[in-house]
Amino acid sequence: MSVEPRSPRIRDGVRAALPLAAGPLLFGLSFGVLADAAGMGAVAATVMSATTFAGSAQFGAVTVLDAGGTLIAAIMAAVFLNARYAAISVTVASIFPGGRARRLVESQLIVDESWALSGRSGRFEWPILVGSGLLLYVLWVGSTALGTVLGDAVGDPNGLGLDAAFAALFLALLAPYLRGRRAFQAAALAAVITLVLTPVAPAGVPIVAAAVACLLGLKR
Amino acid sequence: MTDVWILIAVVGLATVLFKAAGPVFLGTRALPPRIQSVVELLAPVMLTALVVTQTVGGDGELSIDARIPGVALAAVAVWRRAPLVVAMAIAAVVTALVRLVA
Repeated sequence: MSVEPRSPRIRDGVRAALPLAAGPLLFGLSFGVLADAAGMGAVAATVMSATTFAGSAQFGAVTVLDAGGTLIAAIMAAVFLNARYAAISVTVASIFPGGRARRLVESQLIVDESWALSGRSGRFEWPILVGSGLLLYVLWVGSTALGTVLGDAVGDPNGLGLDAAFAALFLALLAPYLRGRRAFQAAALAAVITLVLTPVAPAGVPIVAAAVACLLGLKR
Repeated sequence: MTDVWILIAVVGLATVLFKAAGPVFLGTRALPPRIQSVVELLAPVMLTALVVTQTVGGDGELSIDARIPGVALAAVAVWRRAPLVVAMAIAAVVTALVRLVA
């Protein structure tokens, strides 16, 4: 007699995300500190975490603003960074139950980590995605708010080497993508574009211009 | 200040639409393969640009400073599969120390 594996519940998703909790917690704290240093304001930073819920894009936008870039450049950097969620959400399109309104709300819990966890058994599982997404959301918004408060105490984040820490953060997020040959080539091209444009273009523009490197995807 | 709220509104709305794209708008249909392969490259490309500007970006110029050793050692940590937080701590501490002695 075989025992059917019980189907996972939302609380299994919460539990699955627990080992990752330190990441979003510290990530959110540092976003709060950076947003505060960029003069964004505590309320705005927290609202952004609650409505966007996508760390790298939020960091990208605030980094551009902090460097003196324009509003358009900051928006474009964040939108380009988050465009990957269109592709990610397509991969889990069929696991969301219910009507469109419910799917709209629950799909907002898709982040890199919850998506990765939900597919760990070899097929995507809705309770894992929603459970882990919920925990990560609470941690992300809460730690952002806390970070904006701590930001005042931290003072100039660059004195502590936080500018280099953010470079390391982006690098760590980038690393898993570089295993693919095409992604590696596109990343190398993007690095060259950014390096060439940085001395001559206004802040933020090199980041947006680097996006053309993804057109390498059209190559067969 | 208004700029910040415009940023939050536009980026927030775009993100909601991206995340809803699959479950709400597309259902079980797939993106055309060529579009898919362009979209897949967006994240690595943008992250690379951010690494570069955050490491050598200055006030309208390339700036070689204490960030380089910090990020280089963090890169080694990432390559050795250290956790995210460890890589960030290495970059921050090394850069701060170099600034302290320089």
